Amino acid sequence: MSIFSISGIRISGLAACVPQNRERTADYDWMPEKERKMFEKTVGISQRSVGLANHTTSDWCYAAADQLLNDLQWNRNEVDLLVFISQSPDYFLPATGIILQGKLGLPNTCMAFDINLGCSGYVYGLATVAGMMRETGMKKALLLVGDKTTTSVAYKDKSTYPLFGDAGTATALVLDDAAPEMVFNLQTDGSRYTALIVPEDATRTPRNENTYVETEVAPGIIRHQRNLALDGVSVFNFSINEVPINIADTMAAAHKTEADYDYMVLHQANKLMTEQIRKKLKFPPEKVPYSINDFGNTSSASVPLTIVHKLREAITTGKHQMLLSGFGVGLSWGTVSMALDTIVCPPLLEIS
Amino acid sequence: MTDTAEEFVSKLEIEFDDFEPGTITPETKYREMEEWSSMHALIVIAFINAEYNVTLNGEDLRNTETLLDIYNITKSKLN
Repeated sequence: MSIFSISGIRISGLAACVPQNRERTADYDWMPEKERKMFEKTVGISQRSVGLANHTTSDWCYAAADQLLNDLQWNRNEVDLLVFISQSPDYFLPATGIILQGKLGLPNTCMAFDINLGCSGYVYGLATVAGMMRETGMKKALLLVGDKTTTSVAYKDKSTYPLFGDAGTATALVLDDAAPEMVFNLQTDGSRYTALIVPEDATRTPRNENTYVETEVAPGIIRHQRNLALDGVSVFNFSINEVPINIADTMAAAHKTEADYDYMVLHQANKLMTEQIRKKLKFPPEKVPYSINDFGNTSSASVPLTIVHKLREAITTGKHQMLLSGFGVGLSWGTVSMALDTIVCPPLLEIS
Repeated sequence: MTDTAEEFVSKLEIEFDDFEPGTITPETKYREMEEWSSMHALIVIAFINAEYNVTLNGEDLRNTETLLDIYNITKSKLN
């Protein structure tokens, strides 16, 4: 079982960047007006941050990381590790994290690589980076996490298009023997890999004459095989059933209860879904912040983006006990129980 | 479960929030309602999961026509 704890690693800074461009649910004319209102109320999305064609996830991660490094006053030559987590890389190859190492002016002694994960990515990334630092003694690391999911969704697919937004984030981690333990609980169910999938134009099914042919899959859902396909009911059921158990197991392993936490930050998937999770775990609404209304479901960026957007004042001025949970595409899910103590956090960045 | 079909439907009506009270009954063919959307299906799933600890999947829902059908399938999954 992947429940484990890592001590002696501290998050010293966190930054997030979104594209300036917004699309409003009210303007999404592929969906009938009544349904748009229902969507806004139920799913909780009024507007989404949508990147323009000339920007990628790595641009938002770069902006966030560059600002964070400046604010932390880190000597860039001391960064030992950079991990980039995304499902919207700049290229098939080389890895985007490598490009970011160069662009950020990090030294050639820095280790850099990518991890391909979506909604669970932030928690998995913290576990990977913290575990490597603890084992190797690397002192400073950057975790860059985000997605440009809007690049994969079809306008005429009302089950995906109004849901997703774009963002990039940067988290700075340092080796610090005094840092309290982080308790992780990471899970996977690959047998359900088709629940969220871009079916073609990679190597399993290379691009063919049908790849970009649009098909009406269901009323209001027209897409092609390079678009993101979402089995909403399956993902919904997975999330409201598996995630509360995963979070409860994490709290138990950390010997904590709801009362011990200041905040629980859930992946911003769909407010109906996350409210269900919140209620099952008996967390009061004031402990569970949301950013979905302003940016949509921003995939792996949603947990750190929500912290920057909603908890910046708290985390920059004191110690807070946090539960962070990501869940979705894979299926892959995980939770971390940890503290954030007076960290550096520049205001949310926006680039055009 | 102790709820009757009528009680089940009136609880569901509260969850939907956007229907005039009394507009849905166990016999309502829900997909034929003008307001019906995929969000309502998720609300049904969430409500049944929270209230009765039963998970309805996509296949279960496809096999239903009325709210009574949903009530019955929920009941059958309880036993």
